[in-house]
Amino acid sequence: MKLRGRAWKYGDNVDTDVIIPARYLNTFNSKELAEHVLEDLDLDFRKRMKKGDIIVAGENFGCGSSREHAPLAIKASGVSCVIAKSFARIFYRNAINIGLPILESREAAESVKNGDILEVELEKGVIRNLSRGEEYRFASFPDFVMNILRAGGFVEYTRKRLRGEDI
Amino acid sequence: MSLTAAEKIIAEKSGKEVVHPGDIVQAKVDLVLINDVTAPLAIMKFRELGINRVWDERKIAIVLDHFTPNKDIKSAEQCKFAREFAREMNILHFFEGGSVGIEHCLLPEKGIVAPGDLVIGADSHTCTYGALGAFATGVGSTDAGMAMATGDIWLRVPETMKFIYTGNLQPWVTGKDLILHTIGDIGVNGALYRVMEFSGETIARLSMAERMTMCNMAIEAGAKTGMMDVDEKTMEYVKDRVKKEFRVYRSDEDANYVDSREYNVEKIEPLVSFPHLPENVVPVSRAAKMNIAVDQLFIGSCTNGRIEDLRMAAEILEGRKVAKGLRLIIIPCSPGVYRDALKEGLIEIFLDAGAVIGPPTCGPCLGGHMGVLAKGERAVSTTNRNFVGRMGHPESEVYLANPYVAAASAVLGRIASPEVVMR
Repeated sequence: MKLRGRAWKYGDNVDTDVIIPARYLNTFNSKELAEHVLEDLDLDFRKRMKKGDIIVAGENFGCGSSREHAPLAIKASGVSCVIAKSFARIFYRNAINIGLPILESREAAESVKNGDILEVELEKGVIRNLSRGEEYRFASFPDFVMNILRAGGFVEYTRKRLRGEDI
Repeated sequence: MSLTAAEKIIAEKSGKEVVHPGDIVQAKVDLVLINDVTAPLAIMKFRELGINRVWDERKIAIVLDHFTPNKDIKSAEQCKFAREFAREMNILHFFEGGSVGIEHCLLPEKGIVAPGDLVIGADSHTCTYGALGAFATGVGSTDAGMAMATGDIWLRVPETMKFIYTGNLQPWVTGKDLILHTIGDIGVNGALYRVMEFSGETIARLSMAERMTMCNMAIEAGAKTGMMDVDEKTMEYVKDRVKKEFRVYRSDEDANYVDSREYNVEKIEPLVSFPHLPENVVPVSRAAKMNIAVDQLFIGSCTNGRIEDLRMAAEILEGRKVAKGLRLIIIPCSPGVYRDALKEGLIEIFLDAGAVIGPPTCGPCLGGHMGVLAKGERAVSTTNRNFVGRMGHPESEVYLANPYVAAASAVLGRIASPEVVMR
């Protein structure tokens, strides 16, 4: 699967409060949540981002609250994947569970500049920077996580498990 | 083989003799916790499975504590959705209205969490229960919803970091300051994916409340959980509360730690964590010299809303007044704590000082309600996070501190040292 979009570059420790502020947590409607994605960090993001765009950030992306509303808001806004040096663990689980691709690549996080056009090949583990003619690798997912992704998310994975089907 | 307490619990719950950091296991859970913010999504995901019974209605806790008493229509709808599910599924541990307290204060207080338990909660501060010797970690709604169906969870066995605290605490220094000091040392991702095991003679002398404060904030260093040894104080705390059988797991002397740090606490003074990350810690004596005027003070939350915290605040506030133009908001974390505070005369001290007393709720900690900040406003708060916009407007500021410092700052109208107020 190929993902393609403009890079939106942010720093370290992008927390879930800025991804989706608690004042909007009185709903779990992902479209409503998407209207406010990253609002407290970058007001322009929601206005100017296009479907397929890619968030590129530093260390510990998604730290803080366990709110699954954060990856949901990102996914529903049309962002195709998030690339970071590292992810906070609850955010990591949540993103995998709902099928938002998150890629760990120190190299990409350091080299990509805001506005670069990126192309990601999930199966090949490759991120191409079309604006700079560069290529980066990202860490592959553990087998267990791949199984969840292959099943189509954690709900589908669990449904198969409960039915006793092979996963 | 020598194991840490966390490894022993995970091994036991996943039916293995031993586990190693990095292993991925399927572990049985003793409790799944959801709240009014995370429950609706968890319930929806559970429903998507197409089954009509939860795995065990006695092992699920639904606590409507974040935006309650319902702050708006949407929140009321979310609570209604969760309430109807709780009724339909006959959920044993369902709390709202006069029975509700902040989840991480309420569940230990009610004996719903025991040492040796493996708990997952759709709330990041679930790690609080490590103070009881449980392995407890925060997850999202989908994980919680699936566990409500299966009774288990996949876990990557975490590495453990050891933190040893020695020496006697200086006046006005609390467990809150020890954890802020630690986060200041290792950073907000210093324990990413790991367990923080807190030990040493200083920890042994801390109250259970202060131990819970420390484990509560392990997540602010990125940790999977914080844990402490089960000692006489723990057993004393759980003895009249926990009704079920439980097993105590202790780290072996020669267990494997990925890192070990020792802190002599005698040089630590009360700390203030500056915006916008908990790691930005500054000693209160230095912070006080910066003449930082504040608009609001909040004493409460799952971090510092217990009776011991309210006693600290009362010690400072007794016979004193909140500075003119300031709002001091005090929220006891549970009905039990509220009652104790009334009996001990603390509520009267707070009212005399000019504080507002709120009903048990997470409320202002996450900018939900009952104390939201306007643009440009500053708060000193006994809570756990000072991220951008955490308590309200994205241009507001939150300074984290212990209850002594928050109360002292309320009296002087600026970030202040308790020592100066009490001199």
